[in-house]
Amino acid sequence: MTVEELELKADTIRQDIIKMLEHAGSGHSAGSLGLADIFTALYFDILKHDPKNPDWNERDILILSNGHTVPVRYAAMARAGYFPVEELMTLRQLGSRLQGHPERVRLPGLETTSGPLGCGLSQACGIALAMRMDNITHRWIYVVMSDGELDEGNVWEAAMLANKYRLGNIIAIVDRNNIQLDGPTEIVMPLEDLKAKWESFGWYVIEIDGNNIPEVIHACALGRSIVDKPVIIIAHTIPGKGVDYMEFDYRWHGTPPGLADIAGMPPKAEQAKIALRELRTLRGKIESEAD
Amino acid sequence: MRCVSYELCAEKLKARLTKIMAALTVDITKAKLQSESIRNGLGRGLLEAGKQNKNVVAVTADLTESTNISLFAKAFPERFIQVGVSEQNLVTVGSGLAAFGKIPFVSSYAAFNPGRNWEQIRTTICLNDRPVKIVGSHTGISVGPDGATHQMLEDIALMRALPNMVVLAPCDSVEAEKATLAMATDLRPNYIRLARDATPIITLPDTPFEIGKAIVFVEGFDVTIIATGTMVYHALLAAERLKHHHISAEVINVSTVKPLDAETIITSVKKTRAVVTAEEAQINGGLGGVIAELLAERCPTIMRRIGMKDHFGESGKPNELLKHFGLDADHIVLAAQELIDRKG
Repeated sequence: MTVEELELKADTIRQDIIKMLEHAGSGHSAGSLGLADIFTALYFDILKHDPKNPDWNERDILILSNGHTVPVRYAAMARAGYFPVEELMTLRQLGSRLQGHPERVRLPGLETTSGPLGCGLSQACGIALAMRMDNITHRWIYVVMSDGELDEGNVWEAAMLANKYRLGNIIAIVDRNNIQLDGPTEIVMPLEDLKAKWESFGWYVIEIDGNNIPEVIHACALGRSIVDKPVIIIAHTIPGKGVDYMEFDYRWHGTPPGLADIAGMPPKAEQAKIALRELRTLRGKIESEAD
Repeated sequence: MRCVSYELCAEKLKARLTKIMAALTVDITKAKLQSESIRNGLGRGLLEAGKQNKNVVAVTADLTESTNISLFAKAFPERFIQVGVSEQNLVTVGSGLAAFGKIPFVSSYAAFNPGRNWEQIRTTICLNDRPVKIVGSHTGISVGPDGATHQMLEDIALMRALPNMVVLAPCDSVEAEKATLAMATDLRPNYIRLARDATPIITLPDTPFEIGKAIVFVEGFDVTIIATGTMVYHALLAAERLKHHHISAEVINVSTVKPLDAETIITSVKKTRAVVTAEEAQINGGLGGVIAELLAERCPTIMRRIGMKDHFGESGKPNELLKHFGLDADHIVLAAQELIDRKG
């Protein structure tokens, strides 16, 4: 896929997210929208995977550790061909395979069950250690984490372990959008100097613009070339990316369009409509720039 | 209420007791029983499981020696992972290993594993349905001098509340070895609770063990003593002593607390109509709670629960503590007598 095609795919995924969340009436908007470029890059360029054979034993492993952003993964999976796009509208409904937080046993291709934060990196360590025991060196384990998630001690336990065993086939991606449920990360629990923290834990750190698809692809390629230590990509993203009234605003962390009585926001009935209109405008811009 | 007196059944009982005891347990009336820490059985079982299946791996949180997985670590260093003092990491790494086809035994003291990392077990192992084998050593007050912080008493309640989880509590090191081998071939998440102090060896190499099966170690008619883990020995002692009071006690070893072998228990209780449970754990949510729930629904029966009664332990010698907190054969005998009196 060309960069433009990937950007259009990301726009489609963002529109899916808005529709899913509005229909579900609950869910996490900001992180899901902010991660759309990273998930598009992963599913449509970076990952070795087969949507028709989710258990393919040569596939790369993608662990979503911050499970609350799973709408972006569902949308990317549907668009990649794992399941029909119409199924996206069952999100958070009784009997759906698309649980509010991802459940592996319900939907093939999810790799793990997550939501409670801080557990994905350790599971990646377990998989990497198992691969080493089986002499497998050509498969990569990608772990997407949120920045607020780094408050969890479990993450740093895993960070030490990955360094101890030099788990070079782990590439972690932190969604550095600077917000969490209660407010800006640097007020709730300061994370900086984040790069220095990971470096001091023995990781190779790459910093990128996480809403720039070529940068995401390039960083992962660089990450795969670093084989003697685990790699973390600090991906600076805009929470709510693509929807003007949501961008940078922590109040959209756990709120869907259509439900928020937030000061200064469009009226509830208009929220999804406005979001979709903006995303369609963005789409037009991408298309016209490509011409 | 039916109550068959000892006199009526004495001859029959004696014959059956002799037969059963010969088949299922050693003769505990012998002057000197061999004793060994239950965790030693885990160590031997894990080594054997490692020989049988190359996918068996061991993970520990800075407690290789004291959880007794050092035998495995020495034999299979490439399949042994040391995560340091990080119990949340311990089980989530285990979940990842299981995701890639390994059968990880993750071990630490039970106060921390599953005491500290319960949510990780719930989400990444039970809900995620990964066959991780959780080894909790140092359960019960017989942990002794280390005191209340290290005497894990709430683990049965914690683990049996989890869907998909199997909860095992072997009664001695011989049974622990069999349980460990059975865990290595079981496809579900498992928890095994172990004790630190030397425990009398009461089962034999050919005593049957099966996950999900309770075994009647002694047949009786007047009262059923349902015990788990280290308290099975005390239950056998109590049954012997009750004989002198002309009370015939049935003793059931519940080595699988979940899934519970309800049929074996109901069959026994319908016969005896009186129940004493015995465990080195909190009775609230522990084996006492398990049996009370079962019987309240299916066979309401008078019962007494021997175990920790909603308080913590403290430092002391194991036997002192067991006596102090009423976790011994004498207290089982008193409870049984009280029930027999009530039956009239």
